[in-house]
Amino acid sequence: MTVIGESVPRLEDRALLTGIGRFAGDQNFEGQLHMRVVRATVAHGRILSITTEDAAAMPGVFAIWTGADVADVPPINLRPGSALQDLEKCRQHILAQEIVRYVGEPLAVVFADDPYRAEDGADLVWAEIEELPPVVGLMDALGEFAPGISTEPAVFEKSYGDVDAAFAGAAHVIECELSVGRHAGVPLETRGALAVWNEAEDRLEFHAAAKIPHTNRIALADLLGLELEQLHLFEGHVGGGFGVRGELYPDEVLVNLAAMRFRRPVKWIEDRMEHLIAANHSREQTHRIRAATDAEGLILGLDDAFWFNQGAYARTHGATVPLISATMLPGPYKIPAYRTTGHIRLTNVTPAGTYRGPGRFETTFVREQLMDRIAAELKLDPLAVRRTNLITSDEMPYERPFEIGGKPIFYDSGDYPKSLARLLDYVGYDALQVEMVARRAAGEMAGAAVICFVERGGDGPFDDVRVEMDAGGTVEIITGVASVGQGVETVIAQICAETLGMDYAGITVTHGQTDRIARGQGARASRVTVMTGNATHKAAMGVRAMLLAKAAELLQSPVKTLDIVDGVIGVGGMSGDGPSLTIAEAAAEILRHRDASRIAVEETFENDRATYSFGAQLAAVTVDPLTAGVTVERFVVAYDIGRAVNPMLVEGQLVGGAVQGIGGALFEEFLYDENGQPLSVTFADYLMPTAAEVPDVECLVLEESPSTTNPLALKSAGDAGVTGAGAAIAAAIGAALGQPGAITRLPVSPLRLREILRKPSQ
Amino acid sequence: MATTRIQLNVNGTEHAVEVEPRHSLVDTLREACGLTGSHIGCEHGVCGACTILVDDEPVRGCLMFSVQADGKQIRTVEGLANNGAFNALQQAFHEQHALQCGFCTPGMLMLATWIVERDTPVSDDQLRDLIASNLCRCTGYRNIIRAIRAVLDQSGNAEAGP
Repeated sequence: MTVIGESVPRLEDRALLTGIGRFAGDQNFEGQLHMRVVRATVAHGRILSITTEDAAAMPGVFAIWTGADVADVPPINLRPGSALQDLEKCRQHILAQEIVRYVGEPLAVVFADDPYRAEDGADLVWAEIEELPPVVGLMDALGEFAPGISTEPAVFEKSYGDVDAAFAGAAHVIECELSVGRHAGVPLETRGALAVWNEAEDRLEFHAAAKIPHTNRIALADLLGLELEQLHLFEGHVGGGFGVRGELYPDEVLVNLAAMRFRRPVKWIEDRMEHLIAANHSREQTHRIRAATDAEGLILGLDDAFWFNQGAYARTHGATVPLISATMLPGPYKIPAYRTTGHIRLTNVTPAGTYRGPGRFETTFVREQLMDRIAAELKLDPLAVRRTNLITSDEMPYERPFEIGGKPIFYDSGDYPKSLARLLDYVGYDALQVEMVARRAAGEMAGAAVICFVERGGDGPFDDVRVEMDAGGTVEIITGVASVGQGVETVIAQICAETLGMDYAGITVTHGQTDRIARGQGARASRVTVMTGNATHKAAMGVRAMLLAKAAELLQSPVKTLDIVDGVIGVGGMSGDGPSLTIAEAAAEILRHRDASRIAVEETFENDRATYSFGAQLAAVTVDPLTAGVTVERFVVAYDIGRAVNPMLVEGQLVGGAVQGIGGALFEEFLYDENGQPLSVTFADYLMPTAAEVPDVECLVLEESPSTTNPLALKSAGDAGVTGAGAAIAAAIGAALGQPGAITRLPVSPLRLREILRKPSQ
Repeated sequence: MATTRIQLNVNGTEHAVEVEPRHSLVDTLREACGLTGSHIGCEHGVCGACTILVDDEPVRGCLMFSVQADGKQIRTVEGLANNGAFNALQQAFHEQHALQCGFCTPGMLMLATWIVERDTPVSDDQLRDLIASNLCRCTGYRNIIRAIRAVLDQSGNAEAGP
């Protein structure tokens, strides 16, 4: 029975289409208090006093906390194993202690019996703050950010090969400075949390958890001084993740602490303005990169330095984004020698964490603009330069001689030139370029370009899955994974259904409930289908073996002659004439002699190697010379996923990611004024693409290079759409202008593009 | 704060509720009427997750005060299915994978309900322009447009050309 590979509709949809989802705001507990956070309105300052009397006198206000009330709670830790523990000293307290360091930093919290009243109370909390000069610019001169902490608390180098020799022997050296602006995932549901102290069980319950419930359970129990058994997390529906939602922020800790102290349920839903100034930002980095090439454009070495704007504090991700940036910059090209120095900078803006495609969106832009610059300087075709440098199939598997998180960078499989050729064929590349030349000759600014990238996913180290079956043959899969809307339930059910020879539609997938399974890794880093999928397969194989053994006994046929098709176990899978029995009958028979209501098999899948897959994207754009507005005419994502469990859902990831990336390429940016005041605090300032700004993204889902890292041969899908989008749009604009490599900064806002248009063409 | 009693007809059911003048309509639907299908994404009228139909016109539930809706007929996502069976739009969204996290979906469905019920031909460009009223962060819009187009084609509201 094949259900892996089928574009079956999702199990998740019914509740979401009928309005009975359980998002954070949809959940309520009897007697709950509502929490409202009072946030700093200056970027840097010393707290002289916080006056709460007026707020406390408001009707319905139950309690108000300031920093002094939570001074005993330690700052939020970086994730265990997060490299560069130097950043430990830059951690954030859950409420500001003495100094505020960004607009949006939690200063106080108000608890009231109604959310409107909590907000009324918060309006009357008055903080007297002596303003201090803020650090706003990423590239400002080094200084002291906080007592004993430099504005550059960590610097690291990643390198391999002899970079100096590469430059000494170069025919050409091409140098540029390239920057990506400050973006964030901005899920459509804002953050929210509900915490309840369960008196009967003597435990704290954190509802509306997301992304990494088991990881957060350990971190939160540690912060709150609870035994692990005294804390459970429960995931409901999650209105988008993108790396942002579900990290442990000050707000979530405050909700839980309050429920614990008050012994009363506490609910918190942030508003959109809070989200834009308080949830993790990401992306912002500037690279100064040099390429040494031979006369034909073959890169002999890259020498890079970059600066990453961490904002005011280190958060749970630590140095994840700069480390991925450093290691993924070389992408799909050979690049025999490479060196980069990552400078992590602190500034008085909202702290940063990951955002879908962390470190790849940024460095794919940098690398691909560099390729265009090489083409321009050597008077070569941009596509030809890429082809010259691509890793070829006979070099696979390809190891970059450095590591990330203790693991080597090991491209497991791929035929990059072939996949690129598939994209070119699909779009009719040569004819498209002929058309673009003609349009430019006719005076239009129109252009198309192709960029290449490598995606990383399937991150270990492990996943546990328990497959349970009751006497009726009904299956429940329990995992420590989480859903952020990507379709995890459907994909996991498909893998289980294929293994057990049954319909996927009746399978329940339970995730994000820490009281149901001891460990879990959540939904991050495009890992779910690979890791949870293989664990599911393993556990389902265990159940299958039990069913077949029982059937062999009952049917008096050797196990090896039996198969399961459409829920029926029979000889050779033929359920027609020969003796057969249903899965339910076999399950009932197994359970008849046992003191259990369910068959249960739990398995762990461990993997210390990530999957690496190739992708290429094409963008075709026009530029309006008057407004400097960019219209995206066509956007195509080709991606070699190796093996797609559900091609429709893979396409969904690619299309959605691409549009998010187009947002970062053209519109989205958190801007600040010289005082560190945020200028992007509503959806009228932080501009995400609507249907009017994007074309129907086309996908070419390739299944050419199955992964060699896992038994199901799966690779990742979640980040592949977004990764190349900034690069593709920038390259296409360069083509439209007749100046490949002209774009130096994302997003390419009309203002920035006008500056380029005004410069005389080189 | 003083409250006012208002009468809302939501999906054919009468709700008499006490509201403060400052309560938004979407808050009242969610908290007083218990209908949490309409979502709150921005509270400043941009994202459209709270889109509902008030007297058959699409309205941002976050930008209308509850008292302004007194006596009006309101339709929300909870009213679309018929005894648990998807209506044509829900079915099309399901088949075309027009939702991922599902947070924007109720607003998209109600906007789409208005589009397909208008009995006015809709070109592809017009459909794209109409859907641009609401934000989706997951799908990239392609499948939402395909789903609505499929229903328009079934109901004969597709326009032959521009």
